[in-house]
Amino acid sequence: MFNPLQNTNRRISPSVLFLVAVTFLLPASSGMAEYADVVLNRHAEAEGVRPVIYPHWFHRIRFRCKVCHHELGFEMKVGANDITMAAILDGKFCGMCHNEETAWGLEHCHRCHSGLPGLKTGIRGGDKAGGPGDY
Amino acid sequence: MMKNPAPWSKRPKRFGIKPLLFALLWLAGSFCFLVDGVVDAKEDVFANDGLHDPQGPSFGELQRPDEAFVGFPTDTVGNKVRWVKALRDGAINPRTNIVPETKIKILDMDLILGNTGDNAFVLFPHRAHTEWLDCANCHPEPFKEKYGTSGIKMGAILEGKFCGKCHGAVAFPLTECARCHSVKPDTFRGKFGVQPVAKH
Repeated sequence: MFNPLQNTNRRISPSVLFLVAVTFLLPASSGMAEYADVVLNRHAEAEGVRPVIYPHWFHRIRFRCKVCHHELGFEMKVGANDITMAAILDGKFCGMCHNEETAWGLEHCHRCHSGLPGLKTGIRGGDKAGGPGDY
Repeated sequence: MMKNPAPWSKRPKRFGIKPLLFALLWLAGSFCFLVDGVVDAKEDVFANDGLHDPQGPSFGELQRPDEAFVGFPTDTVGNKVRWVKALRDGAINPRTNIVPETKIKILDMDLILGNTGDNAFVLFPHRAHTEWLDCANCHPEPFKEKYGTSGIKMGAILEGKFCGKCHGAVAFPLTECARCHSVKPDTFRGKFGVQPVAKH
């Protein structure tokens, strides 16, 4: 009786190679946050608005890191800045630029409060950002 | 035992037609996924990113990264953008300050960090970092200004300390070992710390 396990002269079938190749050529799964996107939801949903999504990539095209992390005083650690809407309206944090002078003003609530309900505060990244770090 | 052995029992075929058919079916299925994926990507990267709410009133107003990155030098990791090169090539011109009094300091000084175990030594370019950051972002915390006094360890970096505050979160990730560990110990004859001539 034919038993493939007894066939000592086996080689890898071209079909199998083909399968493996096709599998690796499959596109990576879509549905990833952009690298270094930050979700802010310490206060947002509790206050009845969507979580904030802060896109690092968008801002670094327009500003160097030091503008926010030196001049504006944002600590480089998620959760280390107690960002409240009251402080922003008072011209602190995001409010230093989002004041209709440097950038559009605070009446555009939903441009920042744009996240899906239930998101947890933290730094995201579609590509290799999910390490063990305490960012 | 079989009385009438099938023809293939004498000269067993290694593989029949079935795996080939299966492979073709698989390919057809994969192709559908591929086409689907490409169409999705062209449609909207925010639509299904697990982050943005498509029901949000300003969902349509937000700029998408794939639109913004057109023409930028590409990378294989992170945002898939070579940010340092984009800045130097003029693909982007991000503002250095919003407060007029802020002093802009660019330091063109390389360091070579030894004590890297079996890995290559680390070349740290101040210039690339000061083009983006202020001195105070790194000094005196987490890096003391005197070479060899900060106690930098790779384990700590992987936990998000030292270089890991940015690399792995917003700057290129820690999978790219050789971008920092770039000085081969067997050919390096200089001294650790500040390098006499900047190499760019």
